[in-house]
Amino acid sequence: MSEIREKVDVCVVGAGHAGCEAALACARLGLETVIFTVSVDSIALMPCNPNIGGSSKGHLVREVDALGGEMGKVIDQTFIQSKMLNRSKGPAVHSLRAQADKADYTRKMRQVIENQEHLIVKQAEVCELLSEAWENEQSVFDKKIVGVKISTGIIYECKAVILCTGTYLNARCLCGETITYTGPNGLQPARFLTDSLKKLGVEMRRFKTGTPARMDGRSLNYERMERQDGDKRVIPFSFSTDPDAVQIDQAPCYLTYTNEETHKIIRENLDRSPIYAGVIEGTGPRYCPSIEDKVVKFADKERHQVFIEPEGLHTNEMYVGGMSSSLPEDVQLAMYRTVPGLEQCRIVRNAYAIEYDCINSIQLKSSLEFKKVKGLFSAGQLNGSSGYEEAAAQGLVAGVNAAMGIMGREPLIMDRSESYIGVLIDDLVTKETFEPYRMMTSRAEYRLLLRQDNADLRLRKKGYEVGLVSEEVYRKVVEKEEAIQREISRLKNTSVGASLEHQKFMEKYGSAKLRTGTNLAELMCRPELSYEILEELDDNRPKLPQDVIEQVEIEIKYEGYIVRQRRQVEQYKKMEHKKIPDSLDYNDVKSLRIEARQKLQNYRPASLGQASRISGVSPADISVLLIYLEHFQG
Amino acid sequence: MYTETIAAIATALSDSGISIIRVSGPDAITAVDQIFMTKGRKHILQKVSSHTIHYGLVYEQDKPVDEVMVSVMRAPRSYTAEDVVEIHCHGGILITNRILELVIETGVRLALPGEFTKRAFLNGRIDLSRAEAVMDLIQSTNEFAMRSSFSQLRGSVFSVIKELREKILYEIAFIESALDDPEHIDMDGHGEALSQVLNELSFTLKKLIDSAKDGKVMKDGIGTVILGKPNAGKSSLLNALSGGERAIVTDIAGTTRDILEETVRLKNICLCIKDTAGIRHTEDIVEKIGVERAIQSAKEADLILYVVDASVPWDDNDFEILSFIREKNCLIILNKTDLPSVITEDIIYETTENRYPVIKMSLTQQSGMEELEEAIRDLFFHGKISFENEVYITNMRHKEALQEAYESILMVIESVSKKLPEDFYSIDLMNAYSRLGHIIGEEVGEDLVNEIFSRFCMGK
Repeated sequence: MSEIREKVDVCVVGAGHAGCEAALACARLGLETVIFTVSVDSIALMPCNPNIGGSSKGHLVREVDALGGEMGKVIDQTFIQSKMLNRSKGPAVHSLRAQADKADYTRKMRQVIENQEHLIVKQAEVCELLSEAWENEQSVFDKKIVGVKISTGIIYECKAVILCTGTYLNARCLCGETITYTGPNGLQPARFLTDSLKKLGVEMRRFKTGTPARMDGRSLNYERMERQDGDKRVIPFSFSTDPDAVQIDQAPCYLTYTNEETHKIIRENLDRSPIYAGVIEGTGPRYCPSIEDKVVKFADKERHQVFIEPEGLHTNEMYVGGMSSSLPEDVQLAMYRTVPGLEQCRIVRNAYAIEYDCINSIQLKSSLEFKKVKGLFSAGQLNGSSGYEEAAAQGLVAGVNAAMGIMGREPLIMDRSESYIGVLIDDLVTKETFEPYRMMTSRAEYRLLLRQDNADLRLRKKGYEVGLVSEEVYRKVVEKEEAIQREISRLKNTSVGASLEHQKFMEKYGSAKLRTGTNLAELMCRPELSYEILEELDDNRPKLPQDVIEQVEIEIKYEGYIVRQRRQVEQYKKMEHKKIPDSLDYNDVKSLRIEARQKLQNYRPASLGQASRISGVSPADISVLLIYLEHFQG
Repeated sequence: MYTETIAAIATALSDSGISIIRVSGPDAITAVDQIFMTKGRKHILQKVSSHTIHYGLVYEQDKPVDEVMVSVMRAPRSYTAEDVVEIHCHGGILITNRILELVIETGVRLALPGEFTKRAFLNGRIDLSRAEAVMDLIQSTNEFAMRSSFSQLRGSVFSVIKELREKILYEIAFIESALDDPEHIDMDGHGEALSQVLNELSFTLKKLIDSAKDGKVMKDGIGTVILGKPNAGKSSLLNALSGGERAIVTDIAGTTRDILEETVRLKNICLCIKDTAGIRHTEDIVEKIGVERAIQSAKEADLILYVVDASVPWDDNDFEILSFIREKNCLIILNKTDLPSVITEDIIYETTENRYPVIKMSLTQQSGMEELEEAIRDLFFHGKISFENEVYITNMRHKEALQEAYESILMVIESVSKKLPEDFYSIDLMNAYSRLGHIIGEEVGEDLVNEIFSRFCMGK
């Protein structure tokens, strides 16, 4: 029998949150794309928590949406509860978080994938990456990807491969002494790709993460827990979703706590935990510790919160947030049953830890293409990140850039001042991480500008330029921007005299008397006054949509901080714009200190800005490099 | 072209008659104009032609500071190809520094090591063939600046700054972890507790800034350590140099057990001298600690004055001292030359392979002081210790950083009082944290993320 060879443009390996966005982006840009998954039933699976969004992750979802991605639209159709977190804080840290109906989410995304033109779904295990030597003086690529081979022997020839293998590479799940060699939820792991990657010269890591148990909802006593409801008025994730369409009846979540008894059981059984017994070799995330970790590291805390969240509307399974564990199931049962409301609990799926192979992400360029293998991209947990949202964001970027590469266009690269996605990818490619990476608002140094409310204003244009956002949608954003600027300048130019009537108004709202004439914008800066309140003084106010008013209010109220942050960004951009050619050999730059030279040679940063963020590279090294580049290019 | 204007002292800070302060960048002329007056008139420099020199006075508020000559060179015909103003003032460390400070106060930034040359290069003023030399200069001056920066800081100040940073980082981490995980960590009403901490922080910073003005934060001068065996006359040397009874001098070996420190000015060369316990093997615990400290300070010193007793033969203790001063700038002082000598200059030159100059002295007879001063000055002018400027620049950099950290904390206090949400505090807290880090040579890096995870139990 002859060898079967299929021909496509792009192969996407894995159909999780990264894979789905990557495949959709490529197909929507007109490239023939195939998406591989070990199980078609597990497309866009949510194997851990039943939420999308949360602090800073909500930002990512909005950014993915603004760029033309899918996650926001799907969660808007499948959420069962939604909250805007940090509402009492500044606008930069407001963050949407929705409870998903997991099965519904999976089904909806599968529909989108299956109905996407130019996209084929294929159930198969990809076991080999096919490459050729790549010789080109102008680049550092060693190899060029030419296709993949699946376990049944069929070869798919292609121009780009996007790896989105999640936690499946050489995965093993641990629950006490019980070890199974499977991916999440007992799914088939990917057993051969790690070796294929190593053969390409890729450096691998081993990470670990975990998930708590799922309970039979009928066995729980909600009377003993605090009920947690969603927001009265739900705000959708997607800028394309009609806000009225998401005002649904929401499902409640519940809050309860661990106690000393719980902690005692855990402490007494630590020797049976694979982590503490040394069976686990992978590095786990500090931000998502198992309950064992919490009890050991924060021994003085008397109790830890436990969130009981529905997995969906058509199942009784409840997720036990805050109590992930790799203890044996008998210990799990004992410890869960000490928690108020969980006394009679029955475990449907036990908690477990999972170990998997991932890559050292500094081997990637900001486009998420491997520095050494042309046409090979990687996204999601394989890059050492964690979280559905982080995965989707990288998937979208990798997908777009695989397409840009094939079409011979410039890659989509966002910097740290443009988006959380930019921060996420920059961190992954410049900072070596030794644990799964989670997005956090504190990682975004320019967060006052990177708000979830202005993701459309920041990124629609990029989505449009890439080709994922239609002209009609883009034009709307341009109009919105103009309306905002018009209104800000109108408010700044509408003077308010110190008349008796105005003084009365100030008194009414507990605001200081006017000493001289001022304008509406100045008044809006006072904490006690708002756009809405000031309507009384504003005779010529135009009728504006709520999203425009929101931007006007933020821009004016926080102007001082925003201006300062913009100044920081200007400073930052200077270095970011100084590009370093791929072909630079740092060994030629004799004045660099040896440590810096080795680091730079290893990381191969794309710009001086990126170089300056590598630990061990000093400002003097950057000056030296700057001079060398001028010399070298001049 | 660069948008920032920079300034630094362009000449070596030493006993020369004239020092030059160089200012370069778009605001160079307007900046100097604010502090310069000629014939009772201000702001004349903006109007003068390029490549002219002007006599006048530098003022601090309304008080004259120094009589100076100011030359104006407009872009691109200057060293850096930018607008450059040079202030020629009377030499002397204090005045030159004061004038530089006045320039900085107009909003100009202190130049980084090698920055004028870097600008000259990038603006095309220096030949491409000299690129290598420019890069080396930047790297070496920077390394020196880094080293002197930490060696200048007094130990107690180092720990105060470390402590301040820890407090600031804790506050940022608390706010940030609550923002990242609002359902697990609640910070409503945190503003009030924070105010207390902020007031303490601003108070401590203010005190540091004030004491920086009195020179209590940074050591003045070249870090100099007097070393020698017990009873070689180290304390007598310190007293002779400082002209007072700073150290207790007795005939009993091992009298100095801890380190004494004194700032001494020798004809405008400033030395920060440490007298140390005599180096010898000892069983006395207190003395032992003294010896260890002596060795430690010798390692950190810029200059070592090694006092040798001419009347006592070499022993193991001497060889030990010689071994750990090998890579150092050192002067060997052959003391007690009035007594019958067993050690001579020749023996020392031979033993040390002519590595160090030897000065014959008798401290009891007060002879040899002139020669010692001469030798130290020689080291200077032959470039072996050419870092006096760096020391002063470093001090000013420290002050600048303290001031900025202080202002950032004041901004946080303002944000709290305006009842702004907590996420607005981080931006200025972080700035204070990073500025203080510059003083003690620590980068921000992953500090915050590490602090968040180690202090606060994050959810999921």
